[in-house]
Amino acid sequence: MDATSTCPSYSARDYKSEVKPVWCPGCGDYSVLGSITKALAELSIPPENVALVSGIGCSSRLPAYTNVFGFHGVHGRALPIATGIKVSRPELTVIASGGDGDGFSIGGNHFMHACRRNVDMTYIVMDNEVYGMTKGQASPTTAPDWEKSKLTPQGTGINPFHPLVIALAAGANFIARGFSGDQNGTAQLITEAIRHPGFSFVQLLSPCVTFRPEQRDWKDMVHLAAVDPTDDPARAARRLMTDDGFNVGVLFRGSRKPFQPDRRVSVDSVADLEKEFVL
Amino acid sequence: MSSAESQDSAIQSIEQLLAHALAMEVEAVERYETLADQMETHNNREVAALFRKLAEIEKLHVDNVNDISAGHTLPHIAPWEYAWQAPESPEAPSMSADGIHYMMHPYHAIAMALEGERRGVAFYDRLTAQSEREDVRKLAAELCETEREHVTLLEAWLSRFQPPPKDWNEDPDPPLLQG
Amino acid sequence: MTARSVSITFAGSGGAGVMTAGNMLLDAAGRAGLYAYMTRSSGAQIRGGEAAAMMRLSTAPVQSHDDHYDVLVAIDWQNVGRFSAEIPMTADSLVLGDPDGGDFPEQIRAKGTRSADIPFKKMAKEIDGGRPNMIALGAVAGLVGLPEEAVLGVVRDSLAKKGPAALVASEASVRAGMAFAASLPPCPRLTNTQGQSERLWSITGNEAAGLGAVRGGIRFVAAYPITPGTEVLEWLAPNLAKLGGVLVQAEDELASVNQIIGASYAGIPSLTATSGPGLALMIESLGLAVASETPITVVNVMRGGPSTGIPVKSEQSDLNIAFYGLHGDAPHLVVAPNSLADCSFATQWAVHLADSLQTAAIVLSDQSLGQSRATISPPADPGFRAVRLMAEGELADRYRRYTNTESGVSPMAVPGMKGYQYTADGLEHNESGTPSSAAADHSNQLDKRLRKLTVHDYGAHWADIEGDGDIAVLTWGSTTGPVREALERWRASGGRGRLVSIRLISPVRPEQLAAALEGVSRVLVVEQSHGAQFHRYLRAHYDLPGSVRTFHRPGPLPIRPNEIFRQLADWS
Repeated sequence: MDATSTCPSYSARDYKSEVKPVWCPGCGDYSVLGSITKALAELSIPPENVALVSGIGCSSRLPAYTNVFGFHGVHGRALPIATGIKVSRPELTVIASGGDGDGFSIGGNHFMHACRRNVDMTYIVMDNEVYGMTKGQASPTTAPDWEKSKLTPQGTGINPFHPLVIALAAGANFIARGFSGDQNGTAQLITEAIRHPGFSFVQLLSPCVTFRPEQRDWKDMVHLAAVDPTDDPARAARRLMTDDGFNVGVLFRGSRKPFQPDRRVSVDSVADLEKEFVL
Repeated sequence: MSSAESQDSAIQSIEQLLAHALAMEVEAVERYETLADQMETHNNREVAALFRKLAEIEKLHVDNVNDISAGHTLPHIAPWEYAWQAPESPEAPSMSADGIHYMMHPYHAIAMALEGERRGVAFYDRLTAQSEREDVRKLAAELCETEREHVTLLEAWLSRFQPPPKDWNEDPDPPLLQG
Repeated sequence: MTARSVSITFAGSGGAGVMTAGNMLLDAAGRAGLYAYMTRSSGAQIRGGEAAAMMRLSTAPVQSHDDHYDVLVAIDWQNVGRFSAEIPMTADSLVLGDPDGGDFPEQIRAKGTRSADIPFKKMAKEIDGGRPNMIALGAVAGLVGLPEEAVLGVVRDSLAKKGPAALVASEASVRAGMAFAASLPPCPRLTNTQGQSERLWSITGNEAAGLGAVRGGIRFVAAYPITPGTEVLEWLAPNLAKLGGVLVQAEDELASVNQIIGASYAGIPSLTATSGPGLALMIESLGLAVASETPITVVNVMRGGPSTGIPVKSEQSDLNIAFYGLHGDAPHLVVAPNSLADCSFATQWAVHLADSLQTAAIVLSDQSLGQSRATISPPADPGFRAVRLMAEGELADRYRRYTNTESGVSPMAVPGMKGYQYTADGLEHNESGTPSSAAADHSNQLDKRLRKLTVHDYGAHWADIEGDGDIAVLTWGSTTGPVREALERWRASGGRGRLVSIRLISPVRPEQLAAALEGVSRVLVVEQSHGAQFHRYLRAHYDLPGSVRTFHRPGPLPIRPNEIFRQLADWS
């Protein structure tokens, strides 16, 4: 413990469990874990009031490495689980996380609808443009000419998915991209994302050391976005047209009202509902 | 975004300097312990032990800073608001593929730590030279001294290890399917 | 001639209002203290298609359609012939049609029934704003002996919103029909029962399931529409809201099942409803609920299968997927209501069991229960509630979510409980929830997840066991109704026979069934599936004594009591 200070009541370490991650040393996800825990500490949210939901994949192992309430669900379905948690317990801070395959391939439909539904939660995707856990297949964000996968030895030949575009078009209320190599900058993005109401989407470029060693070059390719975030979807859309995939920062900060149904009780008991059946 | 280009004028007081010093050491402890865990999980015992030791040393530095801070109320600074003049705190070892490999040699680990300490020294040196406040300059110099000692220690340590052979990261086994 | 029950079919098309007439007749019967049951058939058109409302009115609770219809009233004849297989009639049956309503279909004529004309169109024209279906309603009510006031009361309540002119026109139409009935050939009339002191309910099986859900404590529902389960969700949407609960429309069934897993993980009893194709999509995540021990309930209103099958018809062919569908060894609950009223009890019980045992429960209802309407005695609240074994108290050590206990049920923590944080996982895990591939952990958790179901005391609700004798009829779900009636007739004719209708399909209860079949030497298995799924399930998990015969047929036609009676008669 440090000396008397005006620090918030938690440190990043308070959000980590004692389970040691099995990610490859050098994996960007270690940094992301650091960023998430720093963000939560900065926000002073009690660990027991945070729910962290993931799907399947290397990055989806994250919840077990944290000291918050976690759910390691099935492939592609973190967002509906997170939706169920947040809508039924809106006082909790809900974060969904996972990789690019989990989120944009099998999870693609839920991704679109989660942006559209705009429940107040934060979705963090650790994008390494590959399926790591299953030994290196192309993912929806992989470039069409990547020829290292045994499933698509000539490359996929199809356009990669552009998650920020989809998020904007589908109605996400906060859209940002970060780079795992900048742990503190990413922590700031995540902090803002959690603070911002509605569905916050954060794409984090997080290199895969084992299957995409060339992603070491990402650190030289990322650059701060040249302009401030906008709240105008049209302006954000125009910016995306010149996005090189390495712009880092907040792209869009919208003002849509988050989805949260009214939960006021208006009858005394279930028996009151039976009147409609009585002849 | 991270205040990579924060001015040194951001550190205007002893308390702010101590907050930076503490953050630096705490981050270093956290990282070295994480790296030690990673190496242990990946059965690189020797390097795991090294990182553990480095974490211990940094813990002593944390204690040192805490002692100096007695009686002071340190300000809260968000992780991205520190005036490092770089995205990461100076002593934080890299966690990326640049510096870390499951088959890394002790030489790599010490070299990395040495680089970190040198960055720490440079950070305090800058403050000592450029800060407008005498008390800040004085404390920076003091803290710098501790770091310089550490640099010397690491240089000596490094000299005890051979640089690794060219094929140090060749693993005949392919990656394993996990699920 | 007075009768205990009368069966009537309304038919017509193109906006004739057949369904409305049927609903009103059912409600009128209920107001008169009579029990009634109605199913509907229609063409594939959303509107304007041919439609038939088939109903049975009785002085005793109706559990099945009868063997034949006493009256067929066709407001018009367009395409009604295609229902002919669903409207069995005898020579004594009475067919009423409009001479101006199109050609009398050959399939109907071929049944050789009595017939008479009701000039609906002409009579409707004589009344300002007159409606043929209201005339038909009046005519049938008059024919079977329903009190006029009961019918007019229903008309008033139903049409109150449409304004005084519509009301006047409809009342006049009903009266005209009732007057006309006096000139029609006689048909069985019901004895009026003014003796009912309790007011009956008019309710569908799907509404009953919704009611059972909220009685049980469900307060979060995720919804994706699918025939014939949608009405469960539509009833829940406003009613959950009144209770402070929430219904979220999901983007697909994969989302709806996972949303309820999330809400349940967060501590809120949760449910969804679907049918076969949707259940198939949900299967992977049902396994997640089982493995992570997260309570959820899925109401599956069965329809004709396989694949898209016959969405608007009933069948009992989802037994296999409900029982066996999950990959891996994933024991879970399957509960099957065996009557329309039982949809409420079974759903409520399933909700209670799911939460008590921290697992997935599938409620196997079907279209003939779910989308049918009946007048029933108000079902009492059996008191089952979703109550979980919650973790509590000072933590001596780290919280171990999946601690093996004698009952197999582990104390559960939910978000917000300080110090109790854990990660729920579909991966196999140790008692702390940490993923594990160790043999000991896998055995430990598999044993636990099975044992918690098998050692639980389900009481007498696992099956309905009635009667005695050395012949037993084994069935489940909606087939129970006609079986019960067949056995009543069998006993009335001097025979003896037992009914065992299994409500708890999973986990299996071999000892209890053996006790129920003590002394039985002949077992007749009756079900509505082509593949005899129930019979194979019985053979796989139970010992059946003596000789066994099966009577099974796929949907869409309902099994009728006389078919089962003949099976019994042929086996004596």
